[in-house]
Amino acid sequence: MPRVTIHVMLKPGLLDTQGRTIEDALHGIGFSGTSGVRVGKRIELDFEGSAEEAQAQTALMCDKLLANPVMESYRIEVDQP
Amino acid sequence: MKAGVVVFPGSNCDRDALSAWEFLGLGESVPLWHQDRQLKDVDVVIVPGGFSYGDALRAGAIARYAPMMETVAGFAAEGGLVLGICNGFQILCEAGLLPGALARNEGLRFLCKHVALRVETTATPFTAHCTPRQSLSIPIAHGEGRFVCDDATYERLVAEDRIVFRYEGANPNGSRDAIAGIVGGPRRNILGMMPHPERAVSMALGSTGGVCLFEGLRQAKESEKHAHSGT
Repeated sequence: MPRVTIHVMLKPGLLDTQGRTIEDALHGIGFSGTSGVRVGKRIELDFEGSAEEAQAQTALMCDKLLANPVMESYRIEVDQP
Repeated sequence: MKAGVVVFPGSNCDRDALSAWEFLGLGESVPLWHQDRQLKDVDVVIVPGGFSYGDALRAGAIARYAPMMETVAGFAAEGGLVLGICNGFQILCEAGLLPGALARNEGLRFLCKHVALRVETTATPFTAHCTPRQSLSIPIAHGEGRFVCDDATYERLVAEDRIVFRYEGANPNGSRDAIAGIVGGPRRNILGMMPHPERAVSMALGSTGGVCLFEGLRQAKESEKHAHSGT
């Protein structure tokens, strides 16, 4: 049964408020060389079917529910154990 | 005039909307359970504020697939009046009934305070009773109210005069062009707004900025009746 991992991120042009706050905090505790902090979501699920089906169905899930195309992009990884 | 207020698990402004409706003497108001499909002959649907499904995944992402929302989409497509407030606005955007999306507030904080809104267009059934550029004091209460959309959508909203409210003075949440509410639908019959007009209907609540919206709905309904009866 394929294990699917979905990474959802705010689109590059959008201000990531959490990322900015974390970046400020990192600078505050001495990690001054850090920049471009972005925070996303990782969703994992088991899929009944082939790896190809898992890829195609997960893309549909992302378009319908898991990501909002107005502000988010996604990347899918399928692991076949 | 009858209002239906959609109730999801996690809605928490449904009773405020029901109470405001009756307090203003607009008529009957009934809850519409998210799993039902019957609109109960309502004239107006209010999608209320709150945290439907605990904001799991994204605010409004799961509620938009409720059976009642399918019915509401059909009602809206025929020109039925739909008012989405706060989480209701987020749900209408997620459902594609309004363009854009609501992202995390710029300052990351949950904001709960009165703000001044400017009425940017009176060419909607909701704001027809307001005066152009009128300033309304209405509270906001949200963590994800930053309106975002792509450039093409923004230009269309401006060109079609669909930005209904902007925040006056400081932009509290970083919304694009300080947008607080937009309208859509075939008859400009779908309004989504982050501020809570149902919490601004009496000085006992701190302000009465929401009253003119509800008055607008009453007048819209009355002129519809006249049109149907030919008077």
